[in-house]
Amino acid sequence: MEQLLQQFASGLANGAIYACVALALVMIYVSTDHINFAQGEMAMFSAYISWQLMDWGMSFWIAFVLTVLISFAMGVLIERLILRPLHNAPVLSIIVVFIGLLAIFNSMAGAFWSYLIKEFPSPFPKADFGIAGVIGPHQLGVVLVTLIVLGLLFVFFRYTPLGLAMRAAAQNPQMARLVGVRVDWMLALGWGLAASVGAVAGIMVAHIVYLEPNMMGGILLYAFASALVGGISNPAGAVAGGFIVGILENMVAYAGNQIEKATGVYIIGNGEKLTVALIIVIFVLTVRPAGLFGRVVVKRV
Amino acid sequence: MAALLEVSGLKAFYGQTQSLYDVGFEIPLGGITTLLGANGAGKTTTLRAICNMVRTDGTIRFDGKNIRGMATEEIVRQRIAHVPEGRGTFTTLTVDENLRIAAYTRKDKQGVRDELERVFVYFPRLKERIQQQAGTLSGGEQQMLAIARALMLKPRLMLLDEPSFGLAPLIVLEIFRILRRINEEEKVSILLVEQNAALALDLATHAYVLETGKVVMSGPSDVVKNDENVRKSYLGY
Repeated sequence: MEQLLQQFASGLANGAIYACVALALVMIYVSTDHINFAQGEMAMFSAYISWQLMDWGMSFWIAFVLTVLISFAMGVLIERLILRPLHNAPVLSIIVVFIGLLAIFNSMAGAFWSYLIKEFPSPFPKADFGIAGVIGPHQLGVVLVTLIVLGLLFVFFRYTPLGLAMRAAAQNPQMARLVGVRVDWMLALGWGLAASVGAVAGIMVAHIVYLEPNMMGGILLYAFASALVGGISNPAGAVAGGFIVGILENMVAYAGNQIEKATGVYIIGNGEKLTVALIIVIFVLTVRPAGLFGRVVVKRV
Repeated sequence: MAALLEVSGLKAFYGQTQSLYDVGFEIPLGGITTLLGANGAGKTTTLRAICNMVRTDGTIRFDGKNIRGMATEEIVRQRIAHVPEGRGTFTTLTVDENLRIAAYTRKDKQGVRDELERVFVYFPRLKERIQQQAGTLSGGEQQMLAIARALMLKPRLMLLDEPSFGLAPLIVLEIFRILRRINEEEKVSILLVEQNAALALDLATHAYVLETGKVVMSGPSDVVKNDENVRKSYLGY
């Protein structure tokens, strides 16, 4: 029982990370109809930036806030300098650009900081934090930090005029222009926010998976799965999807271990977690393409 | 009366296709002007051209200032409100959000609250539906919301594209009554594009008739109404 709870808790922590990255993907998807394949690498790069800041002597949380701000600027710049000139380009060109960005961030991180695996500190105190035996301090901290970030984003989008303008621009850009919203800047802002949310995920997960240029590869896959489960055009769904996928993968691995213990037959275990994510992707795409919480969009042609 | 909007030599293009040739007209300050014409004559394109939503050439002067080529969102900030054809609302946002988004460019919070109250005087039905998603409103209510949202911009000129589109006759009459009140009480000049020529000519003081991207006739509504060609082509008697 305790082991089950442990698995559940660690699924919750992983799910929080997936939720952040999935949300970043969805934020860009709803406003541009593009999936940013470089989202994971951008988060990885952000994690390196915060490592560098800490290496220069800053405390964790100062580096954290600075990194989120730098990532925001990075997101805005990418949109303005790279994607803006391509706004009339065919989808395939944009996908190639995303893959190019992925490769660029990956190799830049390798060039600046080397491909050697680095340890990444956890800001949460070891003792007196967490619930002993069930959830560790870092896991609990990750869940809390993500919930705070998600809460802030919710308040921003739901209750501020700028958040409303961004939602309007995403829903109907032309009409948003007709009420005076500067849609181009809203897109850039969306990129900035997505990069910031990704940065939070990168910094939080770096302690768990260790810092290296390829650290986000698997996580991006999980994030895709999460976004698809929740409905790719639904931000709240993506967050829920993140937690669902995080918990599900651990539960499947746990069930596999139990079966192995009971029967001695190995069917599925920790090694197949990523496979679970891929099966989820395929399953959702075939059975319910709009996701659990997504709506089917019927387009007039 | 001085002209609020002066359009001359206006051409418009969709890609390589030219759809307006040398369109010119004036909208007097405080008046209601209508653009008539068959499908494809260029009525909607003319409205879109004013807001720089298509590629244009020529001059468009608003209040004496050339606005042609300005970005759509900057033109709107000159207080020109465009109610596009179809249901011009953000369907996934609530009625309240639809109205507030139009006040996004304004800084005075008290002014926005007063404006909201004034808008509800014209459209009391929207107040009852304030927390409802715009997409769940009836067609007539969505059209009312689109006009109400345009009012929130505190416009000097309102461009209306087919406000009667797909609505029951009674609702259309109600909307046109409200438009007349808005014109008189809020001192908003109106440029109206309408398929329903009889209704449009009743409301408007001036009319222009477009055919294949050119103005072929213009004058006070009464004169246009009694023109034989207009009667046959647009009024059907």
